[in-house]
Amino acid sequence: MIQTAKAQSAPGWTRQRDERAHKQQQLIGKGIVYGLLLLGASVFTLPLIVMISTSFKSFNEINSYPPTFLPNTWIPENYLNAWNFPNTDFPRWTMNTIIILAASLPGVLLTSSLCAYGFARLRFPGRNAWFLAVLASIMLPPQVTLIPLYILFFRLGWLDSFLPLIVPPWFGGGALNIFLIRQFFMQIPRDLDEAAIIDGASHFTIWRKIYLPLSRPVMVTVALLTILTTWNDFLGPLIYLTSPRNYTLALGLNMFQGLFITRTDYIMAISSLMVIPMILLFIFAQRYIVRGFVTSGLKG
Amino acid sequence: MATLTLPRKRERSAHFWRDTARGYLFILPVVLGLLIWTFGPMIASAYYSLTNYRIISEPEFVGLQNYIDLFTRDRLFAHSLNVTIRYAIMFVVIGQVFSLAVAVLLTQNVRGLPIFRTLFYLPIVVPYVASALLWRYLFNREFGPINAVLNSVGITGPNWLGSPDWALFSLVIISVWGGAVSTIIYVAGLQNIPEELHEAAKIDGATAVQRFRFVTIPMLTPTIFFNVVTGVIGAFQFFVPAFIMTQGGPARATYFYNLNLYDKAFKWLEMGYASAMAWVLFAIIIVLTLFIFRSSPLWVYYEGEVKS
Repeated sequence: MIQTAKAQSAPGWTRQRDERAHKQQQLIGKGIVYGLLLLGASVFTLPLIVMISTSFKSFNEINSYPPTFLPNTWIPENYLNAWNFPNTDFPRWTMNTIIILAASLPGVLLTSSLCAYGFARLRFPGRNAWFLAVLASIMLPPQVTLIPLYILFFRLGWLDSFLPLIVPPWFGGGALNIFLIRQFFMQIPRDLDEAAIIDGASHFTIWRKIYLPLSRPVMVTVALLTILTTWNDFLGPLIYLTSPRNYTLALGLNMFQGLFITRTDYIMAISSLMVIPMILLFIFAQRYIVRGFVTSGLKG
Repeated sequence: MATLTLPRKRERSAHFWRDTARGYLFILPVVLGLLIWTFGPMIASAYYSLTNYRIISEPEFVGLQNYIDLFTRDRLFAHSLNVTIRYAIMFVVIGQVFSLAVAVLLTQNVRGLPIFRTLFYLPIVVPYVASALLWRYLFNREFGPINAVLNSVGITGPNWLGSPDWALFSLVIISVWGGAVSTIIYVAGLQNIPEELHEAAKIDGATAVQRFRFVTIPMLTPTIFFNVVTGVIGAFQFFVPAFIMTQGGPARATYFYNLNLYDKAFKWLEMGYASAMAWVLFAIIIVLTLFIFRSSPLWVYYEGEVKS
């Protein structure tokens, strides 16, 4: 870590001593780095460990002092009791979330890659202006369009249905996703499409037969980011879904905590159920997710 | 809007029109999407902001009255803006320093880095609701683990989310914990700095601290710039954690701008007034972003550019 340039010019015996000192310094440096990494990693993951550990504790144990790190007695029944808690419907809310995801994800993948192809490979007047508009729309705070959209969906009779959450993703699938896929398409060598054009292929065929298969990594990234944001979305469901039977998992959990604020055991059990799939997703597909964030970060 | 310059002399051929039609066919989804879900609503929102509109009756045009009220009569507006600005400053400063420090750690040449990266990035995927409920428990004054740990070393912990003095800062902690996206971007930025620069500085006898100050930081300024801009934008859109955890309390200490806007729109159905608030928010974000952009020549270094 900490090195000096002295070693280069020193005579033989001092060089040896310097190198030993240097190695020692490097070792100390590595020790400090490891220490900080371990400390930071524990601080960052402890909350999640506490969440899962608390979800297995008894109600009494949670409300006693001092708090325990691991449960004295493990109560896995917390999960079953929370899942089937009276006046809640977590199975249904989970299903609703999955339905919304399943109905919007194909739209995101299909339309964002179509648009990305248009922006990356076709030349036509107004293309750059529209692309700029797509990028600029990332900056727009959702609050500006929130109220007119609410009124629009109200007029359409779509409030308290999944439509406001499902239909818009079919229109381009989000500016960031178009950007991510376009960046990827731009790196594909043009010789491929030229050869295909000579063979008489249309651009639609090129998109479907050449670009889509080649761009699996970025499509996985977009799919994962969509799964994350849909699963985690709170504001959309909060505004558009009103009757409890249409709630998503996020809304349902929030309603539950509002009614039974003291049931930390059940709240942590449902929270864990909600978080664990996303953690697994992240652990197994971190490469793709991180690449998505990095690409969107490097546009600046 | 900038359009492509077109050949003027030749007649536009059938070819040209076919290309144009095909191009728009491909980007049709997002063109329609922008018109229906973005531009249309923006125009509607701009109009609503000039009206008195409670959904049940038709909008009644009142000119700039909503805006005048916001800036002259609405104390809550000033208060919620103040809360948001204080949060934004704390979040951006603490968050950027912290995530840069973590990123430096995560780019050291030691074994096991992939595992450490996973652990540091993990909070990104935790849903807002879950993290809100988790942190409310962690911050609990009586039974919460954080105060228990503090207590065991002889510190009486504050009432965190329950105290008007600490609630906002508690939310900053939660946001920094879940904000590893900027760490990811810093890590990528650090990896992009050519190794030769560090080597050259080493040969010139620069210490690690000097190399960080005079090589790493200047080379990283474009990344810092990006993260600061997105951090500011994100801070001004902060809503969900406060909505779930504090509902703006205690004593309105966390009554964020967007909580105020939400209440106006969906609790009191003052759609016109809330629309005006949304446009003021947008204007603030634009002004701040432009300000940061304008300041960038003073501190952002782009490769190939010679600094005088």
